[in-house]
Amino acid sequence: MPNLRPSSRPDAAPDLAWGTAAEIAAAVTNGGMTAAAVVDQALARIAKLNTALNAFTAVTAERARARAKAIDSVQDKSRLPLAGVPFAVKNLFDVAGIVTTAGSKINRSNAAADRDSPLVERLEAAGAVLVGALNMGEYAYDFTGENVHDGPSRNPHDPARMTGGSSGGSGGAVAGGMVPFALGSDTNGSIRVPSSLCGIFGLKPTYGRLTRTGTFPFVFSLDHLGPFARSVRDLALTYDAMQGPAEGDGACAERPVEPVTQELDRGVNGLRIATAGGYFRKGAFPEAIEALDGVAKALGVKESVEFAEAARARAAAYLITATEGAALHLDRLRARATDFDPAVRDRLLAGAMVPSALVVKAQIFRRWYRERTLELFERVDAILAPATPCTAPKIGQTTFVLDGQELPVRPNLGIYTQPISFIGLPVVAVPVPLKPLPIGVQIIAPPWREDIALRVAYALEQMGIVAAARPIGLEGTA
Amino acid sequence: MADPLDDFIDAAALALSLPLKEDWKPAVKANLDVTLKHAAFVAEFELPDDAEPAPVFKA
Repeated sequence: MPNLRPSSRPDAAPDLAWGTAAEIAAAVTNGGMTAAAVVDQALARIAKLNTALNAFTAVTAERARARAKAIDSVQDKSRLPLAGVPFAVKNLFDVAGIVTTAGSKINRSNAAADRDSPLVERLEAAGAVLVGALNMGEYAYDFTGENVHDGPSRNPHDPARMTGGSSGGSGGAVAGGMVPFALGSDTNGSIRVPSSLCGIFGLKPTYGRLTRTGTFPFVFSLDHLGPFARSVRDLALTYDAMQGPAEGDGACAERPVEPVTQELDRGVNGLRIATAGGYFRKGAFPEAIEALDGVAKALGVKESVEFAEAARARAAAYLITATEGAALHLDRLRARATDFDPAVRDRLLAGAMVPSALVVKAQIFRRWYRERTLELFERVDAILAPATPCTAPKIGQTTFVLDGQELPVRPNLGIYTQPISFIGLPVVAVPVPLKPLPIGVQIIAPPWREDIALRVAYALEQMGIVAAARPIGLEGTA
Repeated sequence: MADPLDDFIDAAALALSLPLKEDWKPAVKANLDVTLKHAAFVAEFELPDDAEPAPVFKA
């Protein structure tokens, strides 16, 4: 339950550690607390927990305090849906005055960004307050949340375990109650995997929905950006604040803002929902199936559908990622190969060597797969699938057994997310609070129908089936 | 018997001016082997000659 009760000391700000963005904004708007007090508490909590969780790589305290003061000086805050809400961004987002490292050592020699990315600007225009930049896997080529330069992001439910990646700091910061929401990127699952392992909500919108201008890329034809939060309403509020076309991203769609927050309580009656069978049940650990079946049962889902050639879609996404990623980093590989994380470098070097005819084949298959999948959505409105095959592995664990095969963890935590982002479908990852560790389920909708995925997620949250569980014992770790 | 993939990796590194230290080769080879297996799995899927790639350039 959110904890917004005032402290017993009348002069102290309320404990905001587990409050939602919506609750904080309401309290700041109605004068119940100041943005300055909210931000001070967030900064204190970051200072207290970051040693244990290693979520933040930069804290923008001075800027945040100035911004909070500016919010407090606004007389009518009713037009600021995120008034005074602290947030942080994966360190591939440009933040004015700091270097966009993208989890790398190499980018540290770049100049600091001269302005914020448009998504940060839009969130701050809605009243939110940026408090820092977050740890991530190097150049986003990662599903673990580990980073050889900055150290691993640590899971608030068990700091010896992975957050998942590559938006590992985003997952840890939100699940640890350091900020109520954060931004990350998702090329093959980098929002949905950490959401699953950290037990929080994540939204990967339709490809082209949110502008990527002012962010460090990975794979242009697969990169998405989106929010993490501890409630569905917060996903919707932050997503609504970020929508709209922008200059500088050729893939960003010229679509009007299509607000979803007011759609949440429309319920799920009339929606045709199915579970994904076949590929999406193969190899999953029992906890992933338990979570999926629990969600399906709560929604009364009886139908199962199969994504045609999902395994091949995953293979094609893998191939396009390796080769487009290699193209992006080719000059850096030539000039500074020893400065990469070796695990990233060796994958990129291999990607650079793949004959181009094979990559074009993957792009041809991609169109075919998109058409077959859109045919599925003529019969159903939303599809449920596991987000990860297992709960959070231990940091440093390099292999696990999937479907009887011992496989490396790093590229295979995303086996269920890759076939979906491959064709840009919108997905909400919802956390099922299993014990001892949470795990996520994907709610997949047709292109441009984020509203459907969010409505289903909200209904599940209202039923108490999915929730961001507060980590036990975290307060004593700092 | 020499593995042709080793020769391919050496030749590709040379042709692309990519640095490749001896002790990096096993990991690069393992990654390339996996990537090429994924590629072969995709390429063996038969599609008509007029099937278009996903990204379509428009002037």
